[in-house]
Amino acid sequence: MYQYDQYDQQIVNERVAQFRDQTQRYLAGTLSEDEYRPLRLMNGLYIQRHAPMLRVSIPYGLLSSTQLRMLAHIAEQYDKGYGHFSTRQNIQFNWPRLETVPDILGHLANVQMHAIQTSGNCIRNITSDHFAGIAEDELEDPRPYCEIIRQWSTFHPEFSFLPRKFKIAISGSQNDRAAVQIHDIGIYLVRNATGEIGCRILVGGGLGRTPYLGVCIREYLEKKHLLSYLEAILRVYNQLGRRDNMHKARVKILLNAVGAETFTTMVETEWEHLKDSALLLDQAEIDRVSAFFTAPEFDPNAAEDATFAKRLVLQKDFNLWVQRNVKAHKAPGYRAVCVSLKHPDMAPGDATHTQMNYIAELADRFSHAEIRVTHDQNLALPHVRQSDLYPLWNALQKERLATPNIGLLTDMICCPGLDFCNLANAGSIDVASQINARFTELDYLHDIGDFQIKMSGCMNACGHHHVGHIGILGVDKKGEEFYQLTLGGSAGNNARLGDRLGPAIAKQDVAETIDSILQVYLEQREGDEQFLDTYLRVGLKPFKQRVYNPAAQPPTELAAVAGY
Amino acid sequence: MRVIKQGTVLEDAWQRLPEPAPDLPLPAGDWIVPLDYWRHHRKQLSAHNGRVAVCLHGADKPDDLLEVLDALDLIALEFPKFTDGRAYSQARLLRTRHGYRGELRAVGEVLRDQLFFMQRCGIDSFELPHGKDADDALQGLSGFSVKYQSSTDGALPIYQLRRKQGRP
Repeated sequence: MYQYDQYDQQIVNERVAQFRDQTQRYLAGTLSEDEYRPLRLMNGLYIQRHAPMLRVSIPYGLLSSTQLRMLAHIAEQYDKGYGHFSTRQNIQFNWPRLETVPDILGHLANVQMHAIQTSGNCIRNITSDHFAGIAEDELEDPRPYCEIIRQWSTFHPEFSFLPRKFKIAISGSQNDRAAVQIHDIGIYLVRNATGEIGCRILVGGGLGRTPYLGVCIREYLEKKHLLSYLEAILRVYNQLGRRDNMHKARVKILLNAVGAETFTTMVETEWEHLKDSALLLDQAEIDRVSAFFTAPEFDPNAAEDATFAKRLVLQKDFNLWVQRNVKAHKAPGYRAVCVSLKHPDMAPGDATHTQMNYIAELADRFSHAEIRVTHDQNLALPHVRQSDLYPLWNALQKERLATPNIGLLTDMICCPGLDFCNLANAGSIDVASQINARFTELDYLHDIGDFQIKMSGCMNACGHHHVGHIGILGVDKKGEEFYQLTLGGSAGNNARLGDRLGPAIAKQDVAETIDSILQVYLEQREGDEQFLDTYLRVGLKPFKQRVYNPAAQPPTELAAVAGY
Repeated sequence: MRVIKQGTVLEDAWQRLPEPAPDLPLPAGDWIVPLDYWRHHRKQLSAHNGRVAVCLHGADKPDDLLEVLDALDLIALEFPKFTDGRAYSQARLLRTRHGYRGELRAVGEVLRDQLFFMQRCGIDSFELPHGKDADDALQGLSGFSVKYQSSTDGALPIYQLRRKQGRP
């Protein structure tokens, strides 16, 4: 993985000193609340419901075991013993004291980490495929480009006070695991007609109260022009994005106001001036950064192991876990293991300091000291020999990290909601608990198969509810928590915004409503059709009828299948 | 006007045009006038006894200013709020695309913690808001000793610097 040199280290060190000074000036009263606010936000520090919330950047979701141990240390020493992994591959601490934050940033700098630009109206953490570098369907590893963009965007003098936040994601695989189309700029690495790999550029994706999928403004861009093209997009946006209304300030609003064609012309015109400037990215630099992301040395005999196949036959629980939580790896005899942070007793995406230390140790033993953070709020150990899967599974179970539910209904994406967040209108974590309590039957969940519930406690859509197969949005109705459901959303290659099911439902009815929706799916599905395909075939109507028409009760035999 | 210029704090003779603007011809002295005002009174202003500078607001398109750039001693860029970052792009465009070499001044809500960014975009003088400590503000210029990206301040992109100095 990328290693800081003297320059990278110097920047984060100076950032710690600068933020220490800013915080001291704020606490001494020479920096006003309004003046301090954007400065602390650019260090990921929010003032939340109970305490400040600190968001730490995990560039493109890549962590070393040393870094994960430091996150555990911070959780233990400065927080209440846990952290929350977010949908942007970052981690959030919900309970640090403001005056200790400069010390926390100091600790992070010691392990080549920071909280720079994890909030505020600037270019945020660059996110990517959590299986980058190991996926079989990968065209090219996107991480070097993520790192190049990270450096270009860090303290960019022109783009540190944009109209609104700005998110960039890159995928280099055929299957989009990075939700590229819901980012302000989404980049797919693609092959052109002559076989070269370049970038397909999408602009204007984003959720929030006006959700849009990104629009392709350039089918193919040579990699050497990546930074100049980004600079052109950002310059157009910085000058013309709305600044009078924060809800209409994202680039998606600008793009849709002027039209994609006009927006593209503006970008291309600007780019003509920039393309041959100092932003030109030469192959030597791409090669230099790529060298940091070479694969570790794999055991050439890993595939010869026979124990794994035997265990799969002998042990049903192990087999189940492998089916859901273990993914392919391009090296023979290796697998990537998803570490589920969706145990029914835990808030989705949360990990305790004990768990973090434990995973760090397992990464050292089984995965070349490397950990990935996924955008659906789990962790992954990317390089595990197949012969190690069984001992790893045993070990993970001890800390409740082996729930075999990756991609299943209980692998919910969930924002912190009303329990922590100032913006939230409604709780998310307690609804997740309600769903977990309702759907306990593993066979039933496996029968339903891939199923994404995504939940946000407010319009800001941190839980990506628009692109969930079922999206759940918390709303406030005269002081009471209600939930607006959407169906048929998807975040992958065929990204799609969900359709509103109907009027919002009461909190206590959420799990039951999901159950009704699943019953309709089970009745209507053809063969091994997945929920999304059934939905796209039959449409909203049968689901709507079942949920809002109490006369339509589920047939009893299906209720029996559901296990209650 | 109390400004930071060339790394020091000084009083200079420039003044902003008050609202409502005085009758033309303007009293003798060095005036910074809004772009619209400059457009409307260009002829009268050319006979002004003193210097005239133009102040751009974030939405201003300085197209008709471009032909007279060489004749301008100063262009002011307005930061109505320090979070309004449009002037950063205007500054870079004036310096690079349009080749403006005169003084470029940040006016409005110009705060210590933004001076580093402003300077990197080619702004070289900074109006100090009332009540802000000048020595304190000066510290804002130093910012970071390492810069990742090229800008208008002559900095090399970091990778070129790395290559120049050999791998550290």
